[in-house]
Amino acid sequence: MNKMHPNARTVTVRASRSKFFGYLGAIILCLIGWYVTSVLVDSPALPTPFETWPVLVENIPALLPEFWVSLYRVVIAMTIGTVIGVPLGLMIGRAPRADAVFAPVLFLLYPIPKIVLLPVLLVLLGLADAPKIVLIALTIFFQITMTARDAARAVPEASILSVRSLGGNRLDVYRHVIVPASMPELFTALRIGSGTAIAILFFAESIAGSSGLGWFIVDAWGMINYPRMFAGIIAMAVLGVIIYELLEFLERRLTRWRRAGIS
Amino acid sequence: MAEVSFEHVSMTYKGLGGDVLALSDLDLTLAEGEPISIIGPSGGGKSTTLLLAAGLLKPTKGEVKVSGETVTGPRNTTSLILQDFGLLPWKTVEQNAALGLKIRKFTKKQQDERTAQALDQVGLTEFASSYPNELSGGMRQRLALARAVALDSDLLLMDEPLSALDALLREKLQDTLLSLWKDIGYSQILVTHSIEEAVFLGKRIVLMSPRPGRVAAIVENPEMGDADYRFNPSFHECCEKLRSLLVGQGTLAEGRVDE
Repeated sequence: MNKMHPNARTVTVRASRSKFFGYLGAIILCLIGWYVTSVLVDSPALPTPFETWPVLVENIPALLPEFWVSLYRVVIAMTIGTVIGVPLGLMIGRAPRADAVFAPVLFLLYPIPKIVLLPVLLVLLGLADAPKIVLIALTIFFQITMTARDAARAVPEASILSVRSLGGNRLDVYRHVIVPASMPELFTALRIGSGTAIAILFFAESIAGSSGLGWFIVDAWGMINYPRMFAGIIAMAVLGVIIYELLEFLERRLTRWRRAGIS
Repeated sequence: MAEVSFEHVSMTYKGLGGDVLALSDLDLTLAEGEPISIIGPSGGGKSTTLLLAAGLLKPTKGEVKVSGETVTGPRNTTSLILQDFGLLPWKTVEQNAALGLKIRKFTKKQQDERTAQALDQVGLTEFASSYPNELSGGMRQRLALARAVALDSDLLLMDEPLSALDALLREKLQDTLLSLWKDIGYSQILVTHSIEEAVFLGKRIVLMSPRPGRVAAIVENPEMGDADYRFNPSFHECCEKLRSLLVGQGTLAEGRVDE
């Protein structure tokens, strides 16, 4: 049923090629900006890309394990937050009674920056992965639950009526209408959330424990080894791109219909 | 095929600005396999009548019966086509046509067979894996019909199904509706704002009163049923009759040509 259009493959190839050149251009632009700024600032705290490059290459073996730890934490945490938040948000978005109970709770807790819970989590969960994952999952959970709730409320009544008139029950309405209709907004929330998630990751890793890119960066700072610090920052950027592209890939697969009719 | 009867049906909507009486003591019976059209002023409860027949609303008073049984929820062989066709943009043509079968837990094999046949009947076979956004207005309309055809419906309810289409396409799809009805023979209620459409597709045309809706008049139209009917003098007679009834009601201004 999900047959590809005959020219879909060439379109995909063309799209990924243009994406590659897009990233290449962006990297060159960033490097130029970085270089010019560091020459102008002329401070050891801002080394040039040329000073940083050899340090980055030399530090790859040291960076890799920290990179994986950080990637693991963000991906697991975002998954947990999403898996709990999406069903809850979609449910209360369509059930006025549940909404009356949950919405005030959400509104009350949503504006609190979850990072303030870090000390509590550190005491309760120790210094390893758990407190970082819980902290990020909490943040993502609130963002995605709010989005899912609003998206479910905005689903056009006509689509629901059409499934109900075919004899669909509540579950059918969720499966055939609410979930697919909310998908684009959920991905937008996840993409925005991924930025917040990485910021929180950095903060949590730099404060507690001795693993992850956050720790690596702050550790290099402590040694006043700025090129090494920038190597960590570059790794953080790569981490962000990987998560972003992962979401992009999932979105393409799950919302194929949105690109139909525009070519 | 299904017989439909509305027995002293009243319907009140509870709104923020107070209760609205949409239907008041509606009495109407549809013979098995009979196609009727409902026409009348906006807000006269035409759509409400359809939703009641579909089992998506419960009457405040009275009863709606289909095949002798009181309607309490959606029936397995009733199909409802709404103004915007009720297509789901995230499903392909094939998946949209199969939706009713899927919800009603037909086997995969039955789903595939019936869907393929229905798409063939409305001429959409080659678009099976397209999405609704890629279809023209007329094709979307035909897809909505395919869904009803696939379900092997004995009662087809349509709420201004052709109002989004241009005049030429409308006539073409009216022909499609007519030939499907003749092929399958389901009972049919068509709500429309177009006098010609009401006459072309209804063996009886029910004129509703302004709110609260009730049956104001019924125009018999026994000669319908042929694609050539549009060229028949009695088609125009019937249109004229309906038009003067609408004028008398104040729904149509005198001397104004209106669709």
